[in-house]
Amino acid sequence: MRIDEVPQDDNPSLGGYRRAVYARDADGRMVLAASTGWEVEEITNQDAVEQLNALANETRTRVEAGLTSPLEYWMHVRRMDLTLLAQNAGLWRWRVRRHFKPQRFAALSPAMLERYASALNIPVAQLVRLP
Amino acid sequence: MSAPAPQQTFQHSHAAHCESGVIGSLLRHHGANASEPMVFGLSAALAFAYLPFIKVGGLPLVSYRMPPRAIIKGIRQAFAIRFRFETFRSVEAGQARLDDLLAQGTIVGLQTSVFWLPYFPQDMRFHFNAHNLLVYGKEGDEYLISDPIGDVPVRCATADLNRARFAKGALAPKGLLYYPDNTPRAQADWPAVQRALKKTCRGMLAPFPLVGVRGMRLLAGRFAKLDAQHSNTGHFIGNVIRMQEEIGTGGGGFRFLYAAFLQEAAQFAPAEKRTALENMAERMLAIGDDWRAFALAAARMLRGRDAMNPQHMADLLRAQADREEAFFRDLRKLAA
Repeated sequence: MRIDEVPQDDNPSLGGYRRAVYARDADGRMVLAASTGWEVEEITNQDAVEQLNALANETRTRVEAGLTSPLEYWMHVRRMDLTLLAQNAGLWRWRVRRHFKPQRFAALSPAMLERYASALNIPVAQLVRLP
Repeated sequence: MSAPAPQQTFQHSHAAHCESGVIGSLLRHHGANASEPMVFGLSAALAFAYLPFIKVGGLPLVSYRMPPRAIIKGIRQAFAIRFRFETFRSVEAGQARLDDLLAQGTIVGLQTSVFWLPYFPQDMRFHFNAHNLLVYGKEGDEYLISDPIGDVPVRCATADLNRARFAKGALAPKGLLYYPDNTPRAQADWPAVQRALKKTCRGMLAPFPLVGVRGMRLLAGRFAKLDAQHSNTGHFIGNVIRMQEEIGTGGGGFRFLYAAFLQEAAQFAPAEKRTALENMAERMLAIGDDWRAFALAAARMLRGRDAMNPQHMADLLRAQADREEAFFRDLRKLAA
């Protein structure tokens, strides 16, 4: 890649950051150049972000239908899966899965809610309902 | 008069890859002449691996470099440097030790999660636990951070950094911090370059199906079997590209970084090999461009600008494998 070929596509997902890439300058030296992003990166990254968002939205519909608890929704918002949430909360996966049941979730002790809230880094008041 | 605090003398550098960036900055801070490409090349960090049994978000892992911490460990011999590594059971102990080291004027390397770093752009925050950054001071409740991925230093609140250091999950950092234990050698030399070249060639030409050029061919075989109509095909290909271009600069980026290394390493080579190494740098640069063309072809298919054609992607990948095989066979002869 020549230095004038370094992509400057202003990727929104970089949020104003610039990425460092190595490219060849006019004298043939390979030097560091800052790039505002490449469209290809944006496409594949957005693809991944959209998949995660779709998962959260689908879960939201299921919470509204009374099929799962807000805990599962917030897990997806935090881009976690069951394994990661269980590790962060320090619980077995089957216990977390049980807490996806709305009745069980509603009956959770304040201490257990606090545990999930800190695992997800959100206040308890936010955890117990949809935004 | 005491010496100026490290906060004043430390130089932040922008880097293509977090681990080589952090180690390069650390070595330079301790007086060594170590650019990011030299660190990357000398630690033999270039690689290819297709590991279908390790799933990341349900998709197979494809890596264009050696696993996390390979650079920190691989660089030690070339610069005759030792690192001290410390992990912690509790957040409190981890924070106390970091604050302590900073108060002594040490520049400290950390392994962290990406997700919990608030200064990262929202769309780049995933649960990836093997990010590297440097802390060079603390002011009030804020750490002064040199994250090589950014072009300028940043700040991060104590609570946020603690969370990022003690994130759970795969590759959990457990608060890992590291710093050099002795003064590094000022310069690398030709034997170190030779060793690193041989090691990279050995990995890329290894007789195992999952790594090096054989790993590329295996992945090409997987591509060829994908059904162009199936909805998962796009995600599968997209994931390979994302691992290539997005996660830590990826395939094209790492090849460019390696090209820069070969060019810089040429000055350490015996006179009769210098031009040959510089030519290899040019060839590696061209290979990097081919990886970018590969990514572009995939992105066009993902966006529907071209018809989805897994067979074409397989052919491109096989061509890459052939080119890299020829390259590393020639490089091996040069390193001998």
